[in-house]
Amino acid sequence: MDFKLSEQQEMIQTVFKKFAEKEVDPIAAEIDESCEFPKENVRKMAEADMMGIPFPQEYGGAGADTLSYIIGVEELSYRCATHGVILSAHTSLGAHPIYKYGNEEQKEKYLKPLAKGDKLGAFGLTEPNAGTDAASQDTTAELDGDEYILNGNKVFITNAGQADVFNIMAMTDKSKGTRGISAFIVERDTPGFTVGKKEDKMGINASDTRELIFRDCRIPKENLLGKEGMGFKIAMETLDGGRIGIAAQALGIAQRALDETVKYVKEREQFGRPIGKFQGLQWYIAEMATKVESARHLVYKAALTKDSGEPFSTAAAMAKLKASETAMEVSTKAVQIFGGYGYMKEYPMERLMRDAKITEIYEGTSEVQKMVIAGSLLR
Amino acid sequence: MKIIVCIKQVPDTNEVKIDQDKGTLIREGVPSIINPEDKNGIEAAVKLKEDFGGEVIVLSMGPPQAKVALKEALAMGADEAILLSDRAFAGSDTWATAYTISQAIKEIGDYDMIFCGRQAIDGDTAQVGPQIAENLGLNQLTYVSKIELEDNKVKARRELEQGYSELETKLPVLVTVLESINKPRYASIKGIVDAHSDNKVKVWTTDDFEVDMDKLGLDASPTQVHETFVPKHEKKGEILEGSYEDIVDNLIKKLRNENVV
Repeated sequence: MDFKLSEQQEMIQTVFKKFAEKEVDPIAAEIDESCEFPKENVRKMAEADMMGIPFPQEYGGAGADTLSYIIGVEELSYRCATHGVILSAHTSLGAHPIYKYGNEEQKEKYLKPLAKGDKLGAFGLTEPNAGTDAASQDTTAELDGDEYILNGNKVFITNAGQADVFNIMAMTDKSKGTRGISAFIVERDTPGFTVGKKEDKMGINASDTRELIFRDCRIPKENLLGKEGMGFKIAMETLDGGRIGIAAQALGIAQRALDETVKYVKEREQFGRPIGKFQGLQWYIAEMATKVESARHLVYKAALTKDSGEPFSTAAAMAKLKASETAMEVSTKAVQIFGGYGYMKEYPMERLMRDAKITEIYEGTSEVQKMVIAGSLLR
Repeated sequence: MKIIVCIKQVPDTNEVKIDQDKGTLIREGVPSIINPEDKNGIEAAVKLKEDFGGEVIVLSMGPPQAKVALKEALAMGADEAILLSDRAFAGSDTWATAYTISQAIKEIGDYDMIFCGRQAIDGDTAQVGPQIAENLGLNQLTYVSKIELEDNKVKARRELEQGYSELETKLPVLVTVLESINKPRYASIKGIVDAHSDNKVKVWTTDDFEVDMDKLGLDASPTQVHETFVPKHEKKGEILEGSYEDIVDNLIKKLRNENVV
C-alpha cells in the first residue's frame, strides 16, 4: 500500500495550491460578502485545463485521474469553498453523466466544451417535494414527435445562474416509479426554461444557487441521456461520484480550520503564555488533526476506488459522511478556540464554519450517507 | 523560430531555513521550484511562440531530480526539454555552468533567441546569462522588462537603477528577464499529464555533446567558497528620554555625529 502521491499528482496539487493562494484567496472574503460568482477565476481555471481533469483528452479533458481532480477541489476549498463546489458540481454532476452515459454525438456537442471549460455544467434532481426521497419526482417529460416537453421545477441547483448545460431528471412514466425517471441534457437558452432568483444562503455565498423552472420546455429527442427509464440510475451513480467531490470540499475546509488554529494558538497569549501551551487546547488540536487525517484517507481512498472500476458507492458515502462531519466539528471547534475573534468576520473562521454546514446537507445529507452505508451492509 | 530557455531548479528560499552553526541552508523538506525569473523566461518564450510560431526548448543543468522542473516547463507550453546531468558537472560555479550550457546550446544549434531569468534566488549572481552570451558571441539584453519582436529585430526595455533604456538589436540574441516582464501562466493540468506521459525529458551526459573535460565541474571553477556564514545584524535601538526639547537636541546631535544630517 502506497500513501504517497505520484509525481504527476504532486505537481497538480502544487499548481492548485499556487492558484488557490494567488487567485482565490485574495477574493474569498470579498465574494462571501458580495455573493458575486467568481467568473474571472473560472475562466482562469479553464485556461489551466482545470475544468475537465478526469476526462480523456479526446473529449477535451486533461486526462488525469479522479484523485487529481479531488485534490483540486480540496485545494480550492482550502481557500474558498465556493470555488470548490463550482468545480465539483461542474465536473461530477455536469460533465460526468454525459461522459458516462452520453453517446458520441452528445459527448462531442456537450462534453467537449464542458471539459475544456468553455461551458459550465449543472445538474437538476432535487425538487420542492423530492429531497431525500429523490424518487418522487414531479417534473415530467412527455414525448411529442421529435421532442420531449419538460414541465416542473428543480430547486437548490448549484451553478444554476451561470451554467450552460444542465442534466435534468424527469418522469417519463410515473407508473413505473424510479424506473420511470429519465435524464435529459437541457441547454440554457431553451425556450420554456428559466431560472429563479439567486438564493440567499448561510454559506458558499458566491455559488450561484437557483430554482430551475420548466414550462412546456421543448428539447430535441436526441437530448435524452442513456435510455428512457435510466434516469434514476444515472442520478444515483452521478451522486456517488459527486459525493467524493463534496467530501474533498469538506476536507479542504477542515484542513484550513486546523491550520489557522495551529497558527493562532502559537501566537495568541493569555495568562502570560501562548494558549497552545495549555493542555486543554492541545487535546482539542490533537483531536482535530486526527479527524482531518482520517477524513483525508477516506476521501482519497474513495477516489482511488472509483478509478479502480470497483463499486465505490459505499466508499464515497463513508468519505462524505466523515469529511463533512469533520469539517463541521473542526471549524466549530476552531471558532471556539479563536473566541471572540473567531466570531468576527474579520477572520476567516466564521466563514469556514458557515461553509462547512452545507457539506453535511447537499448531494445527500449525512443521514442519506448512513442509509447507503447501512444498506450495503444489510443487503 | 527556435527559442531556448535556460532554467534552474532552486530550493524555494521563502521556505528555507539557515543552519546558524554551519552557515549553510537546511535543504531538507524544502520544496524545489523553477527559479521564479526563469518562469518569466518560459512565459516570454511561449508567448512569442504563440504569436509567431516556432518551438521552445527548455534547457537545464542539474541532478536527475531537476527533471521535475523541466516537466513543469513542458506543462507551461515548452515543446522539448533537455537536462544536462553528469557527475562531471557537479560543483560548477557560474563560469563552468555557463561553459557547459553554452556547449549544449551549440549542439542544439539554429536558435533565434535564448531566454534566461535575470538571476537565481539561491545564488543571486546574475552571471550565467551574460556568460553564455559571451561564450556564444551573441548580443545580449539584460534586465529586460518589456520585449517586442518585429521583422527579425528585438526591441527591449532594460531597467536601470534610476530609469530605463530602450534598445534594439537583431536576432539571434540572449535576453535575461525580470519578474516584471510578464505573469507566468500556471502549468496546465493537461500539460502536466502530457509531460508525464512518457520520457519527455532528454538527459544529456558528457557523451551527448561536445565538451572539454577540463572545463567542467568543481575543478574547473575559478570560484572557491572558503566559508559561508550568516551575517549578524547588530543594529541596536536606543530610546531617548527627557523633555521634548532635550530629546530633539540629543537626536540631532547623534544624527550629526553619525554624519546622517
